[in-house]
Amino acid sequence: MAATAPCGSGAEETGSEAAAGKPGGTSFQRKGPRAGGLDRGGSRLVSIAGTRPSVRNGQLLVSTGLPALDQLLGGGLAVGTVLLIEEDKYDIYSPLLFKYFLAEGIISGHTLLVASAKEDPADILQELPAPLLDNHCKKEFDEDSCNDKTPESNIEMKIAWRYQLLPKMQAGPVSSSRFGHYYDVSKRIPQELIEASKWYGFFLPEKLSSSLPAEPCYLTHGYLKLLQFIQSIIYEDGFDGTNPQKKQKNILRIGIQNLGSPLWGDDICCTENCDNNHNLTKFLYVLRGLLRNSLSACIITVPSHLIQNKAVIARVANLSDTVVGLESFMGSEKETNPLYKDYHGLIHIRKIPRLNNLTGDISDVKDLAFKLKRKLFTIERLHLPPDLSDTVSRSSKQDAAESATRRGPGCGMMAGGKKHLDF
Amino acid sequence: MFPELNDLLNTTPDKVEQGKLTLLCDAQTDGSFLLHHFLSFYLRANCKVCFVALTQSFSHYSIVAQKLGVSLTTARERGQLVVLEGLKSSVDVFFRAQEEPHPLQFLRKASAGDLQPLYEFVQEALKPVDGEEAAWRCPVLLMDDLSVLLSLGVGAVAVLDLVHYCRATVCCKLKGNLVALVHDSGGAEDEESNTLLNGLSHQSHLILRVEGLATGFCRDVHGQLTILRRTLSQPTVQGERRLTYQYKIQDKNVSFFARGMSPAVL
Repeated sequence: MAATAPCGSGAEETGSEAAAGKPGGTSFQRKGPRAGGLDRGGSRLVSIAGTRPSVRNGQLLVSTGLPALDQLLGGGLAVGTVLLIEEDKYDIYSPLLFKYFLAEGIISGHTLLVASAKEDPADILQELPAPLLDNHCKKEFDEDSCNDKTPESNIEMKIAWRYQLLPKMQAGPVSSSRFGHYYDVSKRIPQELIEASKWYGFFLPEKLSSSLPAEPCYLTHGYLKLLQFIQSIIYEDGFDGTNPQKKQKNILRIGIQNLGSPLWGDDICCTENCDNNHNLTKFLYVLRGLLRNSLSACIITVPSHLIQNKAVIARVANLSDTVVGLESFMGSEKETNPLYKDYHGLIHIRKIPRLNNLTGDISDVKDLAFKLKRKLFTIERLHLPPDLSDTVSRSSKQDAAESATRRGPGCGMMAGGKKHLDF
Repeated sequence: MFPELNDLLNTTPDKVEQGKLTLLCDAQTDGSFLLHHFLSFYLRANCKVCFVALTQSFSHYSIVAQKLGVSLTTARERGQLVVLEGLKSSVDVFFRAQEEPHPLQFLRKASAGDLQPLYEFVQEALKPVDGEEAAWRCPVLLMDDLSVLLSLGVGAVAVLDLVHYCRATVCCKLKGNLVALVHDSGGAEDEESNTLLNGLSHQSHLILRVEGLATGFCRDVHGQLTILRRTLSQPTVQGERRLTYQYKIQDKNVSFFARGMSPAVL
């Protein structure tokens, strides 16, 4: 077995290698980009900074700004698709993912489009986290992981040595990779980087200040304005794949914050049965049509716990490509549960797109938890701590173990009764 | 096209049944692989196909079909395949203020519900042409998927009407087939979706239902497929009319096996 080869410097060699060497794929996979994916012109596109072709389907990928999440989503977010983040209850951690995505765009030199109904996009950009760049990131990362009482990560294991070979969920910063970076949430991004980047802001209250809609409204006014705004930028700046322009090709990163919240003029959060509870789904459909024909990727955060009609949530998830749910322990009974004391919440990968393929990139690990350290937001495999004391109440342990397995299926499948056995 | 599924359904591209409505339904998993099967199956069977593709872009279907050994681009050039690309058309309808009727015109209407342009598109696409009659065997309409129409604000009844009209034209008049995919949202949460699913189940001759495993995700068994035949003309000679299999999706094929008989388990 090849896996028995000793592996001393385990920490550095993860990253892209780990993503490529993931078990479960077939033995021969074409690594090069395939021409004519969702976006035309295969190999020419690879020259765009901050992108790489997917190992699996040749689709061009961009990083979400969180290498651990990229790995879970099958290498990254495919260009032309929507990543939907279901916000946690108090909206504490989802803005982080949102900002990581935008910060990654600034570092990679992509154009940004930030849309919000709550904050001014200029303010959102000011609050982006600072990148940990090559020279001092290693130090920072080591420091951070040492704080986290795992100094043994570099020591060769003597007994359970097989565990050393497991791919790590959170790898150290890979200095050579220009795809995906690490960010320090305690610092702000340098001002000159923001000034050097190209970005567009869509702040709903400003855009609505004009006259009230006169034409018959087939879509909530805010959504309609946003779609027109996105379309004009895609068209004018040449992100439109169908109208090739002479300029250097670039990626447009779109970020839409709190979509569906009452501030957008949508009332799905207020009543269960309103006449226009398909505004959000209609918006998503047209947005996806726009993205599919252009060099752009989009992140949307949706306060799904606020949406009254559960049917709408299912439809929204059906209409987006990738769906990631955040469930923070804040305010829930899990916060005090000793089993979860190492984590701040759970992350559910609900849907992974099947692009150009019959199967999706389903990762083997379904139980994932996140933690916000002093500087880094990390995603880890959920481990129940060893039961050392006699006083741990059996019931709570069983509950947690049960809920952990029930969460297991992730991607679209649901677990039923625990007595049922499929085989 | 997956040969194993053909065996289960007792069909081959050489003998295609006519005048049937097949309902594909997926609950908590992705049933699109069945649609890819039927698309390549009917193209192989030399049928004239009208494909209403509302969920993905044409290149996605085309690349998957390539893996299954069928070229959609050639079929389209030969006139065998007519595709309505929903995602692309929705952008056209939304931003180009054109006046000519479009199949997805309802997107711009304040109160949606008028699917007549879509029906006319299907009718036009599958209309038998005098010179071509010998070339294609029978017309087939594929829809991926009808639940998207609900999300776009069309009522369940309007979608059922559309299916009824299409069935009258395609299945009865032209002796063709209709295949439609619907998501089952599960439970009583989405009333419209339930109405649509029940209404379609009532009309269809063959129902293929795909569900994720009740016990959760498994690497070697991706879900289970229930085949339900509602053909009343044939009495149940071949035994069961309701058959359940488990399946595993591979790169270019799907393998089916009896429950609990996965090669990985045995």
